[in-house]
Amino acid sequence: MKRWLFWGVVIAILCALPRFLGDYTLYVVSLTYVYTIVAIGLNLTLGYANQVSLCHASFFGIGAYTMALLLAQGWSFWLILPLSGIFGGLFGAVVGFPALKWKDHYLALITIAVNIITFFVMVQESWLTGGPTGVSGISRPSIGSLSFASDFNYYYLLLVFCILAILASIWIVNSKWGRAFRAIGLNELAARGHGISSFNYKLLAFAVGAFFAGVGGGLFAPLLRYIAPDAFTFFISLEFLIMIVIGGMGRIEGPIIGAIIVVMGPEVLRMAEAAYLIVYSLMLILVMLFMREGLVIVLDRLRKAIPARVGSRE
Amino acid sequence: MPLLETQKMTKDFYKLRAVNQLDFHVEKGEIVAVIGPNGSGKSTFFNCITHIYSATAGRVFYQGRDVTGLPADKIIRQGIGRTFQLIQLFLEMTVFENMLLSVQEHRGSLLSRLFTKDDSEDIERAHEILEFLHISHLKDELAGNLSYGQQKLLDFGMVLMPRPELVLLDEPTSGVEMEMRERLMDHIRELNKQGQTFVVIEHNMDVVMNLCERIVVLDYGEKIAEGRPEEIQTNQRVIDAYFGVEE
Amino acid sequence: MADFIQLLIGGVSMGILYGVVAIGFVLLWQTSQTINFAQGEFVMVPMFLMVALHIVLKIPFWPAFILMLVGSAILGYLFERLMVRKLLPGGVLVIVIATLGLSGFLRYGIQIAWTPQTLFFPPLFSTEPIRLSGITFSPEDIWNIVFISVIIVVLHLCIKRTKLGMAMQAVAQGRETAELMGINVRHIIILVFVLNSVLAGTAALFAAPIFFVRYDIGIFLGVKAFVAAIIGGFNQIRGALVGGLTVGLAETFAAAYITTAYRDAFVMILLFIVLLIKPEGMVGIKEEAY
Repeated sequence: MKRWLFWGVVIAILCALPRFLGDYTLYVVSLTYVYTIVAIGLNLTLGYANQVSLCHASFFGIGAYTMALLLAQGWSFWLILPLSGIFGGLFGAVVGFPALKWKDHYLALITIAVNIITFFVMVQESWLTGGPTGVSGISRPSIGSLSFASDFNYYYLLLVFCILAILASIWIVNSKWGRAFRAIGLNELAARGHGISSFNYKLLAFAVGAFFAGVGGGLFAPLLRYIAPDAFTFFISLEFLIMIVIGGMGRIEGPIIGAIIVVMGPEVLRMAEAAYLIVYSLMLILVMLFMREGLVIVLDRLRKAIPARVGSRE
Repeated sequence: MPLLETQKMTKDFYKLRAVNQLDFHVEKGEIVAVIGPNGSGKSTFFNCITHIYSATAGRVFYQGRDVTGLPADKIIRQGIGRTFQLIQLFLEMTVFENMLLSVQEHRGSLLSRLFTKDDSEDIERAHEILEFLHISHLKDELAGNLSYGQQKLLDFGMVLMPRPELVLLDEPTSGVEMEMRERLMDHIRELNKQGQTFVVIEHNMDVVMNLCERIVVLDYGEKIAEGRPEEIQTNQRVIDAYFGVEE
Repeated sequence: MADFIQLLIGGVSMGILYGVVAIGFVLLWQTSQTINFAQGEFVMVPMFLMVALHIVLKIPFWPAFILMLVGSAILGYLFERLMVRKLLPGGVLVIVIATLGLSGFLRYGIQIAWTPQTLFFPPLFSTEPIRLSGITFSPEDIWNIVFISVIIVVLHLCIKRTKLGMAMQAVAQGRETAELMGINVRHIIILVFVLNSVLAGTAALFAAPIFFVRYDIGIFLGVKAFVAAIIGGFNQIRGALVGGLTVGLAETFAAAYITTAYRDAFVMILLFIVLLIKPEGMVGIKEEAY
């Protein structure tokens, strides 16, 4: 009961938030929702199933280009959004094949290679992608008379999808899929010895993780109204990695905390891009050195501490 | 028709032949021991049957079907349960999660596993097995926090979860204390009476002689003898290869 | 034909550079199971160091070069001391993530602390092209090949013939055995880390005039060295060299004969081809799974 109340309050605050935010801050919070969705996907692939993906920006980009290009063909946003996810997911499944044979550093390099190749395709195949300048004039959706064209309204759409993504990830993690993902990640030999197909679940881990990224991309394109290959480089994949590592791999809260810190942090601290990239790179090292569970353990400790205090007061 | 049969099973590691032209069969309802000195290819043989290794040559038949080359997990799902020589558990999951993992892939479709919760029957069975193995008080403990003996029992329990028709056990009693060893043997006999078939790699001769109706002896990957315990005990080749070396 | 030979020399000169960086990469892996995703930055940082010492502070070439190598060595030492030693027990993935962090830290550190611009480094050798029966050579390429070949041969002899080199081999074969043989494994590992960064520093000297000096040069260098190591065979120093040459030649010829548009992506495609056809690498040794 208390939990529901807590989440009710959080959502109410998030709903009220746009009234108090300036245009730019509103955009930053909206962007945080999009990145959270992608990071949730990476968390399923890497955090739970332990399959390294350094090409989530590719999946993200495929979702975004799907949205941008099909919108330009006059398709409906509501039809394209699932397609963004599906195209991302299918590509993810294909990228998952090397994971059947390679892991850790090999897989890291292979996925970096995938990201570099997709980036080049986005830049070079301008007949399809618009080349280095990308696609502009991307429209935003509406339902009946309710239009999401304004930043204000689109914020709410992103909020809804972000919540849906979080709920979906909770569902997946608690399902037999989630358990099998963790099993494959922890001990593949044991998994196979108990009839758990590493083939199915590795590909699924990539496909599901990429599906989230694809949907994120589909929401990203209308948010910016303009996309270009620069938004989908290997460095962006690295930022997704930073998010879940700092937040906490293999934890539902991880990608949420990570996205908030990585997207909103620089705005709050008013730092130059290179400066915050230094800070985050350093955090990546420090988290690996001293706090491998990520910042989520700070939250865990708070959670343990607070009820104790409330109890003593009563 | 044998429950499991291998024909001319061969496995090479580089130039080393670990298993050589092994013909092997188990009838339904048997308890068969596979023994042999260290490095005689027993575990490799298990790994070839379940396709953890790809055999260099030879075929595997289960219930008359050729299962050679099927992925390991698929062979397991045909109804073969197995343990590994080195215990393989999900150390960062709870004992109970380990139990449920061992059965979840045996029923339903891949898609249904996203939407269905664990069967109440499976949950009940997991409780029963843990109860029987005297580790039910540990069910919410991480598997990694268990002692070696407890992990060994959990491993055994996990294999039993999906009620496999054929069970391959790689040294089930090593590192298990005396009392529990007796219980394990009783339990294997009991399950055997109910129709389950066992193939056991074992170093403990008491266990082998007490439990098994038929013994297959390997040396350098080859079958050097096969027969009832009494026959094996007096077989000169076995004494030379095995008892001569080990004891 | 003339074109072909020119490209061949250009490709070898490029490839041998990748090879040197890849050799360090393989040495780290063999002796300590360290995968260094910051390997490219270990080339980039000495480049800047060289610019700082030689061009900004106007220290003469040779002292500047020596100082730069000392700086590289310190970088390698600190890398082992402060990071790798603590991270290794956590497994390969932990190292991968942490070194990705390190690469970012060095990259953006240089960008902020110094400059996001491209700096020029004067050529080490005459750039006046040599013409020989219709073929034009760049002396720069020739000298690069000669010097780096000498370095590789010396390195090879050191590893094969000297006591320290043999100790390194022993550690690569197996830590426990090496310890039993009375080898101080800790010292050998530190030595390899220092050796790796000195090699990278040397590569930096030759790379600086070719690639120019820029904070984000490391990414492509590092990725290509890694690809070279995989293409050649990860468990072989020889493999790293073969891989480096393959990468250098492949990208040079692909750019000339196929398309320049995908120049940097072509290496990645090559990676996939090799992984599909011969996953253990061109001269690598097959390893059994499990």
